[in-house]
Amino acid sequence: MSKRIEVRDLNVYYSKFLAVEGVSLEIEPRSVTAFIGPSGCGKSTFLRTLNRMHEVIPGARVEGEVLIDGNNLYDPDVDPVLVRRQVGMVFQRPNPFPTMSIKENVLAGVKLNNAKISRSDADALVEQSLRGANLWNEVKDRLDRPGSGLSGGQQQRLCIARAIAVSPEVILMDEPCSALDPISTLAIEDLIEELKQQYTIVIVTHNMQQASRVSDKTAFFNIAGTGKPGKLIEYDATTTMFSNPSVKATEDYVSGRFG
Amino acid sequence: MTMTKPEAETVTSTPIANSLTAGRLPTPAPWIILGTAIAVSAALFAVLGVASGAGFDWGGAIIVGGLLYVPSIWLFSRLVEGGRRAKDRLVTALVTGAFLLAMIPLISLAITVVTFGLARFDAEFFNSSMRNVTGEGGGALHAIVGTLLMTGAAAIISIPIGLLTSIYLVEYGRGRLAQGITFLVDVMTGIPSIVAGLFAYALFAIFFGPGIRLGIAGAVALSVLMIPVVVRSSEEMLRLVPNELREAAYALGVPKWLTIVKVVLPTSIAGITTGIMLSIARVIGETAPLLIAAGFTQSMNYNLFEGRMSSLPVFVYTQYANQGNPPEAYLDRAWAAALTLILIVMALNLLARLVARFFAPKFGR
Amino acid sequence: MSSAATTIKAKQRPGDRVFSGSAVFAGSMILVTLAAVAIFLIVQSIPALFATSDEASILTTNFWDYVLPLLFGTIWAAALALLMALPVSIGIALFISHYAPRRLASVLGYIVDLLAAVPSVVFGLWGIGVLAPAIQPVYSWLVTNLGWFPLFAGPVSGTGRTILTAAVVLAVMVLPIMTAICREVFLQTPVLHEEAALALGATRWEMIRMSVLPFGRSGIISASVLGLGRALGETMAVAMVLSASGVISFQLLTSVNPSTIAANIALSFPEAYGLNVNVLIATGLILFVVTFAVNAFARWIVSRRKEFSGAN
Repeated sequence: MSKRIEVRDLNVYYSKFLAVEGVSLEIEPRSVTAFIGPSGCGKSTFLRTLNRMHEVIPGARVEGEVLIDGNNLYDPDVDPVLVRRQVGMVFQRPNPFPTMSIKENVLAGVKLNNAKISRSDADALVEQSLRGANLWNEVKDRLDRPGSGLSGGQQQRLCIARAIAVSPEVILMDEPCSALDPISTLAIEDLIEELKQQYTIVIVTHNMQQASRVSDKTAFFNIAGTGKPGKLIEYDATTTMFSNPSVKATEDYVSGRFG
Repeated sequence: MTMTKPEAETVTSTPIANSLTAGRLPTPAPWIILGTAIAVSAALFAVLGVASGAGFDWGGAIIVGGLLYVPSIWLFSRLVEGGRRAKDRLVTALVTGAFLLAMIPLISLAITVVTFGLARFDAEFFNSSMRNVTGEGGGALHAIVGTLLMTGAAAIISIPIGLLTSIYLVEYGRGRLAQGITFLVDVMTGIPSIVAGLFAYALFAIFFGPGIRLGIAGAVALSVLMIPVVVRSSEEMLRLVPNELREAAYALGVPKWLTIVKVVLPTSIAGITTGIMLSIARVIGETAPLLIAAGFTQSMNYNLFEGRMSSLPVFVYTQYANQGNPPEAYLDRAWAAALTLILIVMALNLLARLVARFFAPKFGR
Repeated sequence: MSSAATTIKAKQRPGDRVFSGSAVFAGSMILVTLAAVAIFLIVQSIPALFATSDEASILTTNFWDYVLPLLFGTIWAAALALLMALPVSIGIALFISHYAPRRLASVLGYIVDLLAAVPSVVFGLWGIGVLAPAIQPVYSWLVTNLGWFPLFAGPVSGTGRTILTAAVVLAVMVLPIMTAICREVFLQTPVLHEEAALALGATRWEMIRMSVLPFGRSGIISASVLGLGRALGETMAVAMVLSASGVISFQLLTSVNPSTIAANIALSFPEAYGLNVNVLIATGLILFVVTFAVNAFARWIVSRRKEFSGAN
């Protein structure tokens, strides 16, 4: 199911402005990789280039290559829509579709693509996805209620269920817990631990403890100053990054001594 | 009536004398002053009414009383509370007065239309046309049908164009074309309704020769007025859809057009419906363009593409403008049609607001 | 899932093409419509511009002598309406935004909006049937007692169907839109500014003068220009209320009044034939140009305001 991601010398621009410069890294299949760094350092921007979501913003473009199992995402005849079916994404704020029920939200990826799906297959997919997101027991009695009626943490797990229902290879998470309370955060972190058996997971987080708890490898991004591009400073196993980083800036950042 | 004046004055003098020591007018003082002002004015009108032999004019008495209140509250406040408070009270009186002033035409209009309109608001009015009718009797069925047909046709033309244009502006529009269209929609919003009528006439006169009056020409004229309204309101509603929902759909691998059709439009459909209904309510009362492009007739006409077609607003106007004998019959029909028209417009407005209130999705934040 | 890697090299999406294509097409229809309006009006107007009274019976000498009093009447009536509507609408907007109880405010706003829902032909009926007779005694009084003032010179109109009555009706009609814009701008006044003024011990009026009115000034200007645009193009109410005779006259209360372009078209068009039609269309073109200029001015003010406020 999961895939290996290889990024080669990637630059991201917003029109003329260089937002992220010269990132190269490799992400192993079935692992959790955390991106950390101060606000505005380009880690979210970089995350979005992994499934071409940055193209939604007018003027955004990239130079360089992103290979998923050897296929370049930025090949001229690659369809970004198909890329996103393989590389799912969970956002900072939970965003279930307000016009749809819980069940319809889970099936959104299938239904919105006009795919035909039999009733029993649909029910099975809903249960499987909701179980996969640790939400089934909480919502199995109210699948036809609106998704916006759930709590914030439940909504976020619903969004994860919605993402895994289209069976992607990779799941990108952009600060998935920053709008949640500690208990919901814990539930999501447990879920990430389980999901990594099947998927390649990349997570952006501001919470250092979270990065050290959930991730196998950590990438530290930093920015030299406002108006300067963000850069990948260090990328290593999480334990190394938090105990014995090789770059001074990383050490300052993970120990909280950062300006 | 002459007794009211001294009575009212004794009432006011006491609280004001007491509050002088407090340096501030007591809470009921403005009301007492208002009451006195109206009483004085009523007394004045009563005297004048007796002197001239005419009846007592209630409306005039209240209006003059209100006008009298403005300088008196200022004067009392000035004496008791000083210049700054006096100015504040003066402005409060003026601002409230402005609102009440605007209520005068609204209330007067409502009362007039209902009282005059009910005279002919009967079954015959709604089941017969004006064919072969001179004097009393007759109805506005032909005009009602014409209004429904022409407004419906205008809606069929305007809604797709308006909605798709707003989708273009919000979801696709970039650069010069979008800027240009935004500008042109602004220009179109400002087209006077009569100019829209002239345009529709000129357009059809080219194909059918001068003097042509068609229902469809009226519909085209109404569309010119309706499209910019639909574009504006739909655009506003589409922009209210959070970008996060679009991103959520893109992240599931949904193509852009399906995202628009299945996520963006369903989320904003209540607001868009409201906007469309309000735009219909706006054009359904248009008179001038229909008078010019569709003309008027006394008979039923169900065909948009042949012959003149009446409409309710034009019916009101022609009944008023071409009064026959007895004139009351024509005026009564005009008022009844005006009442019908206002009821339709009010119903559309009310319905639009209900749609907006009950069908809007909850974003849960 | 292994096949997914190969399908990643995908074809173009027909759905997206069709959809964006039709959206662009609809947008272009706006462009086409507007161009058509301009072209048809110009084409139909050209014969009229050089017509004489021999060719078009509606003219007495030439086209420009015909259109000038109408243009004057249009602007004069709209300006009078604006003069009356502006203070009232600012007052109403302030009342709703800063004076009325919070819970009542939206209801009161809705009541004012009801005025906008009344069709203009009903306003015409009301103006002639109710307003004109009711206001005529006031006119008589004004002429008798203030007749020395040029605008109020006599002889007074016996029916009350003067340009002032028409302007009052116009003022009532533009009131809702102007009130709505003013109200919106007043409500956007930063609460911090208002509280700063109140904390200095300002009365409510001083607070409004110090913070709300300066903030809303450009909003008030654009509201008045938009109201002016509406009043210029308003047809039926004027056509019904005004008893016009095609002169240039500033007097407000006599029975000799200038007509307006829109009202004149509505009154003359149903019986017009031949070149007279072109003459009327040409006057319509002039009305279009005038309202276009007014609206362009309003847009310019609005865009300038955006730059100043730093919003957007």
